[in-house]
Amino acid sequence: MDSNAVVIGASHAGVNFAFNLRQQGWLGRITLIDSDPELPYHRPPLSKKTLQASEAVSTPLKAEKAYTDNNLELCLGQTVTAIDGEEKVITLACGRFISFDKLVIATGCSAFIPPITGLDETVDDAGNNQYFAMRTFADAKAIKNALNSSRDKQVVIIGGGYIGLESASSFVSLGANVTVIEKQDKILSRVTSAVMSDFLTELHKTKGVSLQTSKDVVEIKHQSNKHIVVCGDGTQYPADFILVGVGVKLNTQLASSAGLEVEQGIKVNDVCQTSHPDIFAIGDCTRHFSTLYNRWIRLESVQNAVDQAKSAALFIAKNQQGPSAVPWFWSDQYQYKLQIVGLSQGYNELIVREETQEQFSVWYFHDDTLLCVEAVNSSKAYVLGTQAIKQRVSVNKSLLKDTATALSKTLLQST
Amino acid sequence: MAKVIFMTKTNGAVEVEGSNGSLMELAAANGVAGIDGDCGGVCSCATCHIYVAPEDFEKVGAAEEIESDMLELDDNVTEYSRLCCQIEVSDDIDGMTFVVAN
Ligand SMILES: Cc1cc2nc3c(=O)[nH]c(=O)nc-3n(C[C@H](O)[C@H](O)[C@H](O)COP(=O)(O)OP(=O)(O)OC[C@H]3O[C@@H](n4cnc5c(N)ncnc54)[C@H](O)[C@@H]3O)c2cc1C
Ligand code: FES
Repeated sequence: MDSNAVVIGASHAGVNFAFNLRQQGWLGRITLIDSDPELPYHRPPLSKKTLQASEAVSTPLKAEKAYTDNNLELCLGQTVTAIDGEEKVITLACGRFISFDKLVIATGCSAFIPPITGLDETVDDAGNNQYFAMRTFADAKAIKNALNSSRDKQVVIIGGGYIGLESASSFVSLGANVTVIEKQDKILSRVTSAVMSDFLTELHKTKGVSLQTSKDVVEIKHQSNKHIVVCGDGTQYPADFILVGVGVKLNTQLASSAGLEVEQGIKVNDVCQTSHPDIFAIGDCTRHFSTLYNRWIRLESVQNAVDQAKSAALFIAKNQQGPSAVPWFWSDQYQYKLQIVGLSQGYNELIVREETQEQFSVWYFHDDTLLCVEAVNSSKAYVLGTQAIKQRVSVNKSLLKDTATALSKTLLQST
Repeated sequence: MAKVIFMTKTNGAVEVEGSNGSLMELAAANGVAGIDGDCGGVCSCATCHIYVAPEDFEKVGAAEEIESDMLELDDNVTEYSRLCCQIEVSDDIDGMTFVVAN
C-alpha cells in the first residue's frame, strides 16, 4: 500500500508543505484536511485588499486544478478530532479514520475572543452577530456585510495590533468612522519600538482614527441599534459593529491530547519534528529554537509558515535539513508599506535612518549585532537589512546614521 | 484578452489566458510552477520572479523602485527581471513569453 502523508490544516503552512513534499519527490498519497470549506486562501489580504474591494473575494493560495495536477487529496469542511500517535491514525468529526505514515500538524491559530460582558449579545435586529474576529475569509465577508449594512459606519476595534490597525486603515478607506481601543499605553507595544509605534499612532490619527490607549474594555451595552463599548475608566464608544483583534489562541489541543510536547506552541526541532518521530508540526502553532537568536521562538507569519513547510517537506522526502531562515513580515496601512526583517527583542541600541518623513527605517542592534530592520516605504533598507542579517555582516553604524551616504554603498562594510 | 506563455523549470512551457488582474494571479490561477506568490501580490516576498524577453522589455516596462529593490533579494536577478505581481494582464502583453526565474 502507498504510504500516506496526512496534513491537518490547509492554509499557508499545510498547503505549501503538500506542494513541496510532492515537488521533493514523495510518491505516496498526500491528504490535506481543513475545517474551513473555502479553497485555501491567503490570509494577509483579509484585512487589506479583501476588506477594501467592492466585493469580498478570496485570494486562493493555489488553483483548484493545481491540487489535482499534483495528486493532492484536499478534504475541506472536515475537522480532525483526535490523533493517535501509537496506532498512527487520526479521527475526523464525521467519524472517519485515516491512517498515516507521516503526520503534519499545521493547525495555526484561531482568534481569541475575550470574555467581555455583553459581547455575546452584540447582534442586530435580525439577530445577526455584530461582533467579529478577523481570521477567516468568512470573517472578512461578514465584516464587509456588516459595514455595508451599517447605518453610520461606526466601527470600534478592540486591540491595536497589526490586524486591528490594518483593518482600521481599510475601514477608513471605505469612509467608516473608526475607534481603536488598546489596553497598553502604546499600540503594538509588545512587538515594536516606541519609534514605530509613535509613527503609526500619528499616521492613524492623521487619517481620522480615534486611538484610545491604556483602556480596558469591561462591558458592551446595547441601546437603540448601537452597541456601546464601555471601558474601565467609564468612557464609552458607540459602534454599529465591533471588531475584536486582541490576539490568538493556538490550535494545539490535538497535539497535547496526543501527548506531544507543547509549551506555548508545539515544540519542534530544526526539521519541524515533534516529540513523536513521525509527527511534524509547522506554522503559527509551533515553537522552535532559533539558532540566529539563540532562544525558543513562535512566529505568526507567512514567511515562517512557508519556510517550515519547506523544511519539513525536505526532511520527510529526502531526509535532508534545509537552510535556517531569517524571519520577515510585512504590513500595509494606507499608502505605507511596512517591512520587517529579523526580531527586535533584546536590542540595546536603535538607529533611525530617515530618508524623508515618508521613508525611513529603524535598525535594532545588540551591541554590534544587527537584530532587526523595520522599514517604512524603504524596501532598500529592508533588502540590505535582510542581507546583513542573513550573512551576518556587520553594519557601519556611523555611515548608517549619515543619510547623505547612500544605503547601498555603505551598509555592508565591516566595522 | 492576453495569451502568454510561462517557461517553467519543471513543467516546460505553460500557455495561459487572462484579461485582468496581475500576471502573478494569472500564473497562480493556472498553477504555474515556480511562481509562489507568497505575499499574495503586494511586492513583499519576491517569489514571483520572471524574466521578460529583451525585445518585449520596453513594452512591459521597467520595475519601479520598491520592486527593483525587492528583486535584489533574489540572486538570479538580471536586467530583464520583474516581479510579475507588479505586471497587469492586458492586451499589451498578448503573445509574450516569460521565463520563470526559479
Ligand atoms: C487578517 C490577517 C492579516 C495578516 N497579515 C499578515 C501579513 O501582512 N504578513 C504576514 O507575514 N502574516 C500575516 N498574517 C499572519 C499569517 O496569515 C499567518 O501567520 C499564517 O496564516 C499562518 O499559517 P498557518 O498555516 O500556520 O496557520 P493558519 O493560517 O492559522 O491555518 C491553520 C488552518 O488549520 C485549520 N485547522 C485548525 N484546526 C483544525 C482541525 N482540528 N481540523 C481541521 N483543520 C483545522 C484551520 O481551519 C486553518 O485553516 C495575517 C493574519 C491575519 C489573520
Ligand atoms: S507575489 Fe510577493 S512579490 Fe510578487
